[in-house]
Amino acid sequence: MSSGPTLRMEQIEKRFGATIALAGVSLQAAPGRIHALIGENGAGKSTLMKILSGALQPDAGTMTLGDRPYAPADCRAARRAGVAMIYQELSLAPHLSVIENVLLGDLPRRGPLVDWPAARAAAAEALEAVGRPDLPLDAPVRQLSVAAQQIVEIARGIATGARTLVLDEPTSSLTREDTAHLFALLKRLRARGYAIIYISHFLEEVLELSDSYTVLRDGRRVATGTTADATIDGLVAEMVGRSMDALYPHRGQRTPGETLLELQSLSGTVKPTDASLVLRRGEVLGIAGLVGAGRTELIRTVFGLDPIRTGTVRIAGTSLRPSPDRAWARGVGLLSEDRKGEGLAGGMSLADNLTLPALRDLTRFGWLQTGRQEADTRDWIEQLAIRARDPRQAVTELSGGNQQKVALARLLQARVDVLLLDEPTRGIDIGSKAQIYELIDRLAVGDPDRGVPPKAILVVSSYLPELLGLCDRIGVMTRGRLSPIQSRADLDEQQIMRIATDSGEAA
Amino acid sequence: MKLRVRNWIRALGPLLGLIVVWCLFAGLTSEDAFTRWSNQRLMLVQTAVVGTAAVGATLIIIAGGIDLSVGSTIAVATMVIALLLRAETGPTLAAGGGVAGGLLVGLVIGALVIGHAGRVAAGVLACVLTWWLTPHLGLGGGCLVGLLGGGITWALSDRLLGRVPLSPFIVTLGLWGALRGLAKGLGDNQPIYPPGQTWLNGLMSEGSGGLTALLPSGVWVMLVVAAVFALVLARTRFGRHVFAIGSNEETARLCGIRVDLNKVVLYALAGGCAGLAGVLQFSFLSMGDPTTAQGYELKVIAAVVIGGASLTGGEGSIRGTLVGALLMTVVDNGCTKLGLDNWVQEIVTGAIIVGAVTLDQLRHRK
Repeated sequence: MSSGPTLRMEQIEKRFGATIALAGVSLQAAPGRIHALIGENGAGKSTLMKILSGALQPDAGTMTLGDRPYAPADCRAARRAGVAMIYQELSLAPHLSVIENVLLGDLPRRGPLVDWPAARAAAAEALEAVGRPDLPLDAPVRQLSVAAQQIVEIARGIATGARTLVLDEPTSSLTREDTAHLFALLKRLRARGYAIIYISHFLEEVLELSDSYTVLRDGRRVATGTTADATIDGLVAEMVGRSMDALYPHRGQRTPGETLLELQSLSGTVKPTDASLVLRRGEVLGIAGLVGAGRTELIRTVFGLDPIRTGTVRIAGTSLRPSPDRAWARGVGLLSEDRKGEGLAGGMSLADNLTLPALRDLTRFGWLQTGRQEADTRDWIEQLAIRARDPRQAVTELSGGNQQKVALARLLQARVDVLLLDEPTRGIDIGSKAQIYELIDRLAVGDPDRGVPPKAILVVSSYLPELLGLCDRIGVMTRGRLSPIQSRADLDEQQIMRIATDSGEAA
Repeated sequence: MKLRVRNWIRALGPLLGLIVVWCLFAGLTSEDAFTRWSNQRLMLVQTAVVGTAAVGATLIIIAGGIDLSVGSTIAVATMVIALLLRAETGPTLAAGGGVAGGLLVGLVIGALVIGHAGRVAAGVLACVLTWWLTPHLGLGGGCLVGLLGGGITWALSDRLLGRVPLSPFIVTLGLWGALRGLAKGLGDNQPIYPPGQTWLNGLMSEGSGGLTALLPSGVWVMLVVAAVFALVLARTRFGRHVFAIGSNEETARLCGIRVDLNKVVLYALAGGCAGLAGVLQFSFLSMGDPTTAQGYELKVIAAVVIGGASLTGGEGSIRGTLVGALLMTVVDNGCTKLGLDNWVQEIVTGAIIVGAVTLDQLRHRK
């Protein structure tokens, strides 16, 4: 089989409003080579891949495929040009058969009808090419394992004549055995002249599989080279190598008090597995880890939003059977990572959103005192510098940063002692970020003059500088497991990254 | 300031529509056939049944649900009332029975929606067994076997099925048919004519003194129910929870609202409203009629939607719903007064529903 064309991306730029997602990134994928693309969460990998697949258009820069310009207007155009994306979240039609999924949008026809014998032959051929002729052609794909579904997706790429394959975190939900099979397949495809771009967090995989690599950080290409010359330590340093910004507050004097939250061997249905930690009053504890490591599941399990399988949660010494209403009642509040989907009720007013868990405090003889509700809301608008016109304003009219402040104020209004904060600064502007950091520090210190005791705060974040800047102690999650919690002073970004990427403990 | 103005326009939107349509008919009809007070009173009376049921449906729709079984529930309620009157229970108890019947239907809907199909089946089985065996074993024996059978099914379904949440559309589509069947079964396929007259028969006609001289008590029933529920929605924790559930169920759960419990309560309350609407319908008919109130479920939904509620939940108001219900009556009544055929009314009503929602969508697009 002849080799395909070389894909070149040159000086790609992309902005979203004031945020620069990509600042002149170049990337090259040659036939018969596997090129690894690595970087932290938010480094710009997915934006770059969306541009490659036609889902986004670059603001500047050029792309060529072989000697022809390549500028896909949408995903279909990309596929026609021979670029196939295999996403982490599979994009198969779960109820349709393997045949239909392999040939989706491209079923052979005879007149107006589907030519099923031809379709069967074409699908079988594609499965043969990916080394899995054993997959049942007529079974709906939802009956297959995740690994097999991924193979179907690769087969689809090959069946549509793609010569460039892009795989986005393909192993994050695979077992080690399936991962080995996938690697064998990718190496076979490489030998047959396919150009492969492989995106992964797991650096050992990158070293094992790829021929060359590119590291993205903050939307820039910070390193590129031959994998044979690279080391894990070197890659980690490239991924995180940036100085701490001046964003983080000057820390107040935190004095850890009594234990407020204690987890003993907590396990959920899938994640977390066997997580234990102790969180004390006046302390900020960080949970680091890559997306999908189980950090969100951990705090959702504590809060009773995800079912608990084994283990116990204790609040201030007494055990809690987790459920959101009991958690709020016991002084535990959760800030969701998904502001739009879960955190806020978009159609409702600022005041309603802010007071929802604590409406009981605002009722007298069963009647809601709307005046007090509005007064309390105004109070928080002032204290947290929320830019809003009116407590009765719909919360969706606010900017992301101000919405996040409303979501946070909800915990304060409910006067919780334990704050579980999931990605507290996701998708908000720098100014609001700094304010939220300052607020977290203030809450951990408390205000003895006004009789405000310190709070116990657990922060989940994908952004390491944020955790290192805020936290007293940090635990790292990898594939559902929580590492022993260590003092922040004993950790740096490289060490955390090494644990998170499963590259062995720090030497 | 701008916010205030927009909120006012929003609250007044349906009302403005009602006034425009009313004025239109007032201008088109000759003399005072449409505008005279007795006709206004008639229109209010004509609105009472749909309006009362729609108050409950507003709750459901705000919470993001739907109820297609309202018409059938009303029919069941009229049958229950007639049966109770025939058994000489007295009108108050009979009316209470009608409302309780609606409440029970609502409870069943709620239980099915939150996933207790197995438990509902167990309850139904217990009732059927008791009813079937009582003639053979006596009341005590029948109850015993019924409870036993139901209890075993309950325990088994909890163990084997667990929770199976269902969409309210499907649940109430099923009950739409099943309750109509139940209504027919209660009267052996015949209407039931209770003996004699009670105050129940006079709810929809004017009384001799006091408030009922102004408006029939059935209209007052609708207005009081509406006022109570408007207050509940605006000023109680439960009311805010209903909005939160409809606006974003995940947020509601996150904020510690017991979503399932609230859903059961609100479906039960809405069922109670439908039962009360059944009392008013009985007063109209003076009999239990298993085929009455056909298609009312859609009239009720139309009233709620014209009133500015969103079928995706989180929005709606009792005031809007009442205006929506009145708007449809005004169109019916006005067309009749103009001597227009029934088919014209139906087309006009349909156009108003689509038009009202279109305007509502436009308003949402800032």
